[in-house]
Amino acid sequence: MPDLGFEVLLKGKNMARLLGGLGTAMQISMISVAISIFLGIIVGILMAWKNPISRAVTRCYLEIVRIMPQMVLLFLVYFGSTRAFGWNLSGELSAVIVFSFWGTAEMGDLVRGALDSIPAHQYESAWALGLSSGQVYRYIVLPQTVRRLIPLAINLITRMIKTTSLVLMIGVVEVLKVSQQIIEANRMSSPNAAFGVYLVVFLLYFAACWPISLLAGYLEKRWR
Amino acid sequence: MVGDMGYHFPHVFGNEAIICYLRSDSVVRWLPWIIGNIGLSAAQGILRIKASRKAGFVNWEFIMKYLPLYQKAAWLTVRIGLCGVALSVLIGLMCALVQHYRVPLLRQLTACYIELSRNTPLLIQLFFIYYGLPKLGIKTDAPSCGMAGLAFLGGGYMAEAFRSGIEAVDKAQMESAYSLGLDRWQTFFYVLLPQAVSISFPAFVANVIFLLKETSVFSAISLMDLMFTAKDLIGLYYQTVESLFLLVVFYLLILLPVSLAGTLLERRIRYAGFGV
Repeated sequence: MPDLGFEVLLKGKNMARLLGGLGTAMQISMISVAISIFLGIIVGILMAWKNPISRAVTRCYLEIVRIMPQMVLLFLVYFGSTRAFGWNLSGELSAVIVFSFWGTAEMGDLVRGALDSIPAHQYESAWALGLSSGQVYRYIVLPQTVRRLIPLAINLITRMIKTTSLVLMIGVVEVLKVSQQIIEANRMSSPNAAFGVYLVVFLLYFAACWPISLLAGYLEKRWR
Repeated sequence: MVGDMGYHFPHVFGNEAIICYLRSDSVVRWLPWIIGNIGLSAAQGILRIKASRKAGFVNWEFIMKYLPLYQKAAWLTVRIGLCGVALSVLIGLMCALVQHYRVPLLRQLTACYIELSRNTPLLIQLFFIYYGLPKLGIKTDAPSCGMAGLAFLGGGYMAEAFRSGIEAVDKAQMESAYSLGLDRWQTFFYVLLPQAVSISFPAFVANVIFLLKETSVFSAISLMDLMFTAKDLIGLYYQTVESLFLLVVFYLLILLPVSLAGTLLERRIRYAGFGV
């Protein structure tokens, strides 16, 4: 049995460093998720609003985000803003900007979908029962929207975590960068470290995303 | 004043376009290039006003010089992307069928595979395949590694899309087919598959666009794709604006037609749905 490089992770503080790298990625994705859920609700209401101008603008925004790869957006903000405007953004900050920009559009579309999926008779029946406009939203629309929205929003979190791995390309030191450093440092003592370390990183990402996906699936089934 | 600023692109641009077009062996091969030029000339018109105010902001000579490089990179992206998508459709269809017919053992295996591929990023999968697996003696070159990674990721997503499509077909449909005397295969090919395809088509289009977008991480395994070219040029010549502009234009050229075709086909295929 040739050594597969798992023992490298037990040396010194390597495992803790790897987890720290994952922590950086998580931090970026959690901040972006918080911003994009907050802004996404506003954008989603604008999307569902039957005003041609707001519709056209939000539609354009959504299409741009849908079509451009996140990597291109990262490059545009990280390299482009420096050259065009002379800003000096750190990798972390530009990652948060890009992922919030992307997440806001996705979240907005989810909110719009949830609002649109409530049939018109729900509003009409509520009005027929004599509820005021505020009461209709408070007791009829909001509970149904939130039930449809929460599983989808949780899924957005896993997508955000997965997308955060891209920040490697703009020089943020996250889990992949740390694993590259560990592999390079131990090139002589354990040449097969690449297999073990990348397998562990793979499983770490899986361990981070899988429970969240399971929760989303469970809630979706339960609240159907 | 205007003459000595070095903006003589209209002549260069026009002649080169015509010469290249005449030399080409097939129009189709140059179609993206031609569309790119039309897009570029439109953008030139807009940016020219800007450029005349702020001399030297956009270097058009640079853009024209490195256009072929981007074109080559775009072809690589498209080729690998389409091969990966085709492979992932195959894998996805097989996994969905295994799940639907509840094949013992294989079902658990495919369930594991779907969860693994859907809950990890493509970048990590590529790193594992490209740098990790050679240590076990499984060596791959960069293009096939990219294809394998895309197929691994896409297979899980496609499997989910097809599975939900198959599940959404009403049970009464199959029972009616059986009672009409159709056998298992006929029921599958004439009743189940057409309806499942039409139901899962929107998810399928979304997955194709998603997978084509994901090809942007291939630069991490040193494939000369669009991202790699842009990063290279930024590093070499510090022409950031021009490199990024070409990058955006080429990704639009690849993804916009796919997105538009998807929307049109979705509208068309919706008629095929029955009772949904």
